[in-house]
Amino acid sequence: MSLSGENGYAPDPASVAGKAPPIHAQTDLLVIGAGPAGIAAALAAAEHGVQVTLVDEHPVPLRTMGEEVPLHFGGRMAASLANRNAVLESVLQSHPQLAEASDAGIDVRLGTAVWGLFPQRPTTQWLTGHVAGLADEEQAYLLRFKQVIVAAGRRDMGLAFEGWQLPGVMGASAAYQLACTYEGLQARTAVLLGSSDEALLIGNALQDAGVQIAAIVEQADAAVGATHLLERLSSRGARLFTSHVVQQALGDADGVAAVRLARVDADGRRVAEQFVSLDCDALLLGVAAIPAIELLEASGCAVRFESARGGHVPALDAAQRTSIPFIYAVGDCAGIWSRKSQATAIAAREGVIAGRAAVRALGAPIAPSPADAPVVPDTPARDIAAERVAWVRAAVLHAPSDQMICQCEEVSAAEILTLRPPRYLGWGKDLGRHGSAVSAPPGPHPDVVKRLTRAGMGACQGRRCREQITALLALGAGCALDALPLATYRVPVRPLRLDQLAGLPEVPAMAEHWDSWFGMASQWVPFWRAAGEYTAAARSSNEPVASE
Amino acid sequence: MRQGADTGAAVIVIGGGVTGLSAAWWLAREGIDVLVLEAGVIGWGASGRNGGGCSHHHSPLFLEEQRLWPQLDALLGYPTEFQPNRIRIALDERQFQLYRRALENGEHQGFRSEVLDAKQIRELVPYAPEAPYGGYFYHFGGHANPHRTVQAYAWALQDHGARLLQHTAVVDIRLQAGRATHVCTNAGEFACDQLVIAAGAATAPLAARIGVHVPLASARAEMIVTEPLAPMRIGGVDGNGLYGRQTLRGNLAYGGGPHEWVEYEDSQRIRAHSTVLQGSIARRLCQLFPKVAHARVIRSWAGFIENTPDGRPILERLSDPQNVTIATLSSVGFGLSPASGRAIRDLVLEGTCRFADLSTVRLARFAHLEADWQARQGWLPVSA
Repeated sequence: MSLSGENGYAPDPASVAGKAPPIHAQTDLLVIGAGPAGIAAALAAAEHGVQVTLVDEHPVPLRTMGEEVPLHFGGRMAASLANRNAVLESVLQSHPQLAEASDAGIDVRLGTAVWGLFPQRPTTQWLTGHVAGLADEEQAYLLRFKQVIVAAGRRDMGLAFEGWQLPGVMGASAAYQLACTYEGLQARTAVLLGSSDEALLIGNALQDAGVQIAAIVEQADAAVGATHLLERLSSRGARLFTSHVVQQALGDADGVAAVRLARVDADGRRVAEQFVSLDCDALLLGVAAIPAIELLEASGCAVRFESARGGHVPALDAAQRTSIPFIYAVGDCAGIWSRKSQATAIAAREGVIAGRAAVRALGAPIAPSPADAPVVPDTPARDIAAERVAWVRAAVLHAPSDQMICQCEEVSAAEILTLRPPRYLGWGKDLGRHGSAVSAPPGPHPDVVKRLTRAGMGACQGRRCREQITALLALGAGCALDALPLATYRVPVRPLRLDQLAGLPEVPAMAEHWDSWFGMASQWVPFWRAAGEYTAAARSSNEPVASE
Repeated sequence: MRQGADTGAAVIVIGGGVTGLSAAWWLAREGIDVLVLEAGVIGWGASGRNGGGCSHHHSPLFLEEQRLWPQLDALLGYPTEFQPNRIRIALDERQFQLYRRALENGEHQGFRSEVLDAKQIRELVPYAPEAPYGGYFYHFGGHANPHRTVQAYAWALQDHGARLLQHTAVVDIRLQAGRATHVCTNAGEFACDQLVIAAGAATAPLAARIGVHVPLASARAEMIVTEPLAPMRIGGVDGNGLYGRQTLRGNLAYGGGPHEWVEYEDSQRIRAHSTVLQGSIARRLCQLFPKVAHARVIRSWAGFIENTPDGRPILERLSDPQNVTIATLSSVGFGLSPASGRAIRDLVLEGTCRFADLSTVRLARFAHLEADWQARQGWLPVSA
């Protein structure tokens, strides 16, 4: 790297030039996520002698799980999860290929979350190479990489109803992870919301793991998933309630104890006095499986809504490459569709394609092979955008009372739709009559709504409310869900302790100029002492500057 | 060329940031027909990417800034989250000396400040260190919520009948007989009697279209935000090289440290991203508030900021074309916006500012600026 001083002038001492933090560890290929896609990518690259680092955030610290990060765990972590060694053992057992990866010379780091990817490119050019921010339970640190493959998986769309803040209301994927990766799901009888293949697959896996699926609830008038998956659950006792939504989750000292379902008509409106009550200790939110794109979007990869890939996903080329050529996406975060959810081989193929592409990008020639054939998603059988909006319409908009959409910041559906300032301001009036000021075609901008209402600004980083808010805004504006822009993601994409972040090393030069804003004495000279003409040559420098 | 949705307005303001929106609001309050053209979404530039401070005692607009903020919610009819007063904590002698200037500048203009010792700081700021070097309680200034304020201006100006068009990018300005007569956009052409260019970094290329050279450079800066913490009695606390505040909700929102110079074109095509600088911000925030070092950082942000060569604003009604007013606040615009908007109102309607001496923020001071001033000041992007 050279600084801007080649013209004979020194770089601005108050700028970042020359102050990049020291980075002690580096890797050729970083793979984030050790699911089927990530492991396949790591192995495919390691096979060609590339230096690979494979990180996975599991086991997630219990405290983080309690904050509903990275999934909506709903407080259903079994007591056994407090034993970190036992949990690590469970995670290793559930990922048999991890041993193979280690044997292949891959640097495997478990319990390590990636909270940011920082590509060196225009506007963030001061870094020395591309850098990833990592954190384990104790500390945050930086890792330089040349290529990165993101296999960050999925999370669950949240859905508000009376009582959804109770322990036991949780994401379907969260339940799956707890049961199958951690062997520590504290639930015996669950009701599953949603009947897509993704939901039904998880329902069956949980049933196999000993959790009784008492019922499947679908707002539409028919189940949307595959018959064989549905029948497998029905044959083991699950009842199907179509044209139903949750009226209320009822709780006792241990969280959810029962659920009351309400029948809805074709417009999602409740049919009077038609309720069903079921006992359960978990309510699984399976209305939509969401590709976990936060790391990709926050690092600047172009993202678009693709029905065939299950929602907002990075724009990808045939080699799984995003708009930033050294960043790839594979597995669920690159797209979720039924066949892929049913057979891990498809995710693994994506991993191999990206792994091989990364090897080529690193300069090692590999002959083309059938393994490079691109993975193409199936044509979607359903309009998933409309499906998500229909769920929010039936469950939230037509609920008998105003629902709390953002649990962290306590913002309700009505408050979002009327852009009411947060309650702590004590500003009584609705401000929604000026919706036009925040609307530009086709509808309200989710980022603007977020800033005004604070919905999605809380400690769970919007994981439980993001998709609901967008669906609600689409309903309010009468536009299609996929026509609205995506609210931006920000690093750190995992909540990170201030003192962990503070532990990142600095170079000595970083200590200078913190009090000077842009380091210009002339900017802060009081106006009654300001000089007349200004030239760069005559500017004052080397005097103490305090900004205000 | 196609005409805009409406044929035009008495005053067109290019730029839906705080400066342009405030100017439009001040004009609309008097029944002036105003149209604001925003290329993207309002407040998407530096107006929505700052610490929310309202304490600019070095500025000729300071007195008006101080007079207006306490009544701004009532004037606008919408909340800005303004909170008065500011505490600044020094962790060493050098910082203590630097932060004294605010006291002196305030005093010069009739505002009171107190020097705080460690005990007083501990009492006022529960998250402060056990033994800070010292600090100041400035009985002026304060902080507000930038996003809420941007929206408040936008709503308020529409309440007064002014219009706002977002996603309306200006591609040209047409001149006729020494006046700017038409603004050409991607949504058609709009006629105007008076034109205000308050478009952040885009002010330079727009001014160039009418033959006016406005020297500007763009840089990227960063801030971090924690989860909400129990609110301190006074949220306007900063120091140790940081600027920022505890929001009314309780989040700590702080920024500071070195900036990165960027190419204007890059800043227009790439969203501002935060980087590993957040570690250095977190380090200083931990020193400032060691008692909440366990708090979780839940997001960060970055923004592009435009600067003039000397860092001082340009706020001027031009002589040629004589119906154009140029406004850039040079990286210190949010807090001053109630006053800068009013100053622009005066310039547009009366040709001069009635309440402040703007002689130090005129474009003419750059008459002999070197062509290579950016290189001389080292204000160039880091090359790979």
